[in-house]
Amino acid sequence: MRVGVLALQGDFREHAAAVGALGAEPVLVRTAADLAGLGALVLPGGESTTMGNLAERFGLFEPLRSAIAGGLPTLGTCAGLILLAAGTTGPSVQPQLGMLDVTVERNAFGRQVDSFEADLEVAGLPGTVRAVFIRAPWVARVGEGVEVLASVDGHPVMVRQGKVVGTSFHPELTGDLRVHRLLLDMAGEH
Amino acid sequence: MEQGTVRVKRGLAEMLKGGVIMDVTTAEQAKIAEAAGAVAVMALERVPADIRREGGVARMADPARIEEIKAVVTIPVMAKARIGHFVEAQVLEALGVDFVDESEVLTPADEENHIDKWAFTVPFVCGARDLGEALRRIGEGAAMIRTKGEAGTGNVVEAVRHMRAMTNEIRRLQTLGGDQLMAAARELRAPYELVREVAETGRLPVVNFAAGGIATPADAALMMQLGCDGVFVGSGIFKSDDPAPRAAAIVAATTYFRDPQKLAEVSRGLGTPMVGLEIGQIPPAEMLQSRGR
Repeated sequence: MRVGVLALQGDFREHAAAVGALGAEPVLVRTAADLAGLGALVLPGGESTTMGNLAERFGLFEPLRSAIAGGLPTLGTCAGLILLAAGTTGPSVQPQLGMLDVTVERNAFGRQVDSFEADLEVAGLPGTVRAVFIRAPWVARVGEGVEVLASVDGHPVMVRQGKVVGTSFHPELTGDLRVHRLLLDMAGEH
Repeated sequence: MEQGTVRVKRGLAEMLKGGVIMDVTTAEQAKIAEAAGAVAVMALERVPADIRREGGVARMADPARIEEIKAVVTIPVMAKARIGHFVEAQVLEALGVDFVDESEVLTPADEENHIDKWAFTVPFVCGARDLGEALRRIGEGAAMIRTKGEAGTGNVVEAVRHMRAMTNEIRRLQTLGGDQLMAAARELRAPYELVREVAETGRLPVVNFAAGGIATPADAALMMQLGCDGVFVGSGIFKSDDPAPRAAAIVAATTYFRDPQKLAEVSRGLGTPMVGLEIGQIPPAEMLQSRGR
């Protein structure tokens, strides 16, 4: 299966490696044409304002939206979660895809000195997941039909709506492939 | 819950990859940088070109200036501390900056020692001219490396030299046998464990950006094609004719660095870039890159 990884900016190399380690074929997505023939999609960590800016300027925004709306299983981590969301708290500074009916609070856990890693319980996964939070957002509002899969201090940090999953943390940085496996499993149902 | 771990510090640098970090001296410039797609801003009192021209001791920026910049952007804010000036770094950490650049662009505070970066929660980026220097800084706790280049010149030649030096030295390490790595470490004046890691993986253990003299979209793409993970642009943006479009073009060039068609498109009509400096015209004592080894 070909799995697209949005490669405008951020840690797309780590996501491509994770997808590859699970036996799928990673495809770096920089143009609308790169979206053809994908079985799943990853929106990586990075700066969401930068990614949104480039996606708009280079005509990738609407093609991404229609691919995901068309049922392409999608995982967004950190900046990827922000891009997938319907809105952000505070003044809007960037375009968003609106593919997850949630409102996110950017940098909700604080600045870099507040960044942390912790063992996290994730619904449906045995044991815990080592989760790395870097200037991470959390979900401030959860809409109808959105399932919360993990929380930190009562704040949702992993959500799922249909075949779209968003995490505040970075499963691509730890070598634990279970979150990416979840994406490929959703694609298997595709 | 653990803070300031190696993974958390190096992780922020990973998130900046493929992006452009821009020097700014005012809140207004910071907003222009963010709107252009910068992944972070470097909050400064003066850009390197002005430091070079005006001379005098260059120090950490006024906290008021850093706070004013922090208040207007949501992207990470970096700031520079003098080489070895661990108290400036403590102040920057207390201000909540997201990354400290222990920088040769400022006047060094210690001619022998760099900051013990392991002692901090905030991550550090340091400049390097070659692999040995990069590994010494990583050994001291740097979470990110950048080429030194020659800041404030608008001349990319030194950044190219430093990037090529690192790449060549990494390739050479990969050809050596395990029994040669201790001698290589001695020659590079670098920690053995890090030398062995680089020989095995073929890359630095942290993200490596280009810096020092990048002034055009083509400069940024050149450094990316040479293998950098992203670019810092100092004087190149706000010392140019028309900063906003140039900033946006450099951001696009850093993403589409292998697409000459797009590079041509974004390079069109950007006005005059900063006036550059020929490296040969700089007296050796004024070369910023020779500060700190």
